Amino acid sequence: MPWDRNQMAARAARELRDGYYVNLGIGIPTLVANNIPDGMEVTLQSENGMLGIGPFPYEDEIDPDLINAGKQTISELPSTSYFSSSDSFAMIRGGHIDLTVLGAMEVAENGDIANWMIPGKMIKGMGGAMDLVAGVKKIIVVMEHVSKNGDPKFIPECTLPLTGKNVVDMIVTDLCVFHRPDHDSPFKLIEMAPGVTAEEVAAKTTARYES
Amino acid sequence: MRKIYPDAGAALEGLLFDGMTICAGGFGLCGIPERLIDAIQASGVKDLTIASNNAGIDNEGLGKLLRSRQVGKMISSYVGENKEFERQYLAKELEVEFCPQGTLAERCRAGGAGIPGFYTKTGVGTIVAEGKEHKEFDGETFILERGIRADLSIVKAWKADESGNLVFRKTARNFNQTMATAGKICVAEVEEIVPTGSLNPDCIHLPSIYAKRIILGAPYDKKIEFRMTREREAA
Repeated sequence: MPWDRNQMAARAARELRDGYYVNLGIGIPTLVANNIPDGMEVTLQSENGMLGIGPFPYEDEIDPDLINAGKQTISELPSTSYFSSSDSFAMIRGGHIDLTVLGAMEVAENGDIANWMIPGKMIKGMGGAMDLVAGVKKIIVVMEHVSKNGDPKFIPECTLPLTGKNVVDMIVTDLCVFHRPDHDSPFKLIEMAPGVTAEEVAAKTTARYES
Repeated sequence: MRKIYPDAGAALEGLLFDGMTICAGGFGLCGIPERLIDAIQASGVKDLTIASNNAGIDNEGLGKLLRSRQVGKMISSYVGENKEFERQYLAKELEVEFCPQGTLAERCRAGGAGIPGFYTKTGVGTIVAEGKEHKEFDGETFILERGIRADLSIVKAWKADESGNLVFRKTARNFNQTMATAGKICVAEVEEIVPTGSLNPDCIHLPSIYAKRIILGAPYDKKIEFRMTREREAA
């Protein structure tokens, strides 16, 4: 059985380590916050200028001045700090964030990622994604293994405009996990969802990887 | 020098002209200078270039200036959730320069600090890097990005004292603190004006040298884009 969205987030959450500072993208990556192992101290960063993101607020705690980068209302923690956008991206671009989890439309076998633009369609912009992939120490992509049309998303070369070049360290899909130890190595299939076979992964992947 | 003005129109008097560049604070609809945006709309000034992370939503925030066709160019990182923007952009009535969010923040920080350009890894190997100078540092490739210097900065803060020191509140600080420095002159709107001496000097977010004109914008009807809550566990 393939992993569902929450199980994919839980798998990505196993890469967290005590003391990590982490930035989570919008969508499935946000669910990683619900899967932080008990007893582990992980601090979440939001690129609109906050370190120490709390859970969604209670109805009577909602504050329009307190939102995450997805523009959702959130709450603060005793450890929270606020800062400007330029300080926030100094943290990101300066290599101070340990891990980011992002969604993607395509990942290439050399670690390129495309997740911000489909030519010919309305372009919404890259937001902070290009800064995150350029500056964060470890980049995990969480995405469905194939597109809605059934096309592989882990492919030899990205066809869409890139967000970053040779930046992805790990890919978690609904079927499996690919990992590489450094940016000169190929990706290796290191884990599969229960009941998923290596043949199924191979049939739905056009990128080259080690198994 | 008296910095407190009676309203947004008075605070902007003599500062607006067609074709000017404006740096605007805010993230989504959080911490946007809405009174100043309304006054810019009322002034009828046009052909504006606006550097702002987002472009508001339909008829909220900078979306108002798009609707009234006063904007010629946006420099932004993310412009979703705005139908009128989409229409003008696809009809090529509006020019858009997409700029990674951190690069935008740094371009405005640099501009405000008198730094005309800087090198960054962000965008290397993407369309953002096209036409820009590439340079190797310590074995890695960086691109040159230019600082942004605007004719005017418009920002929203929580509190000002009468001398112009500003304090922001929670994530409504966002781009405001940076954008305030990038304009030749900064006009700020705030929720509360307090006497000079009543803010802790160690806790000022933006020193008084930046905001030259200030208005009390309250009361604010702060909009929320995505209202999320959690349930209390039963006792």
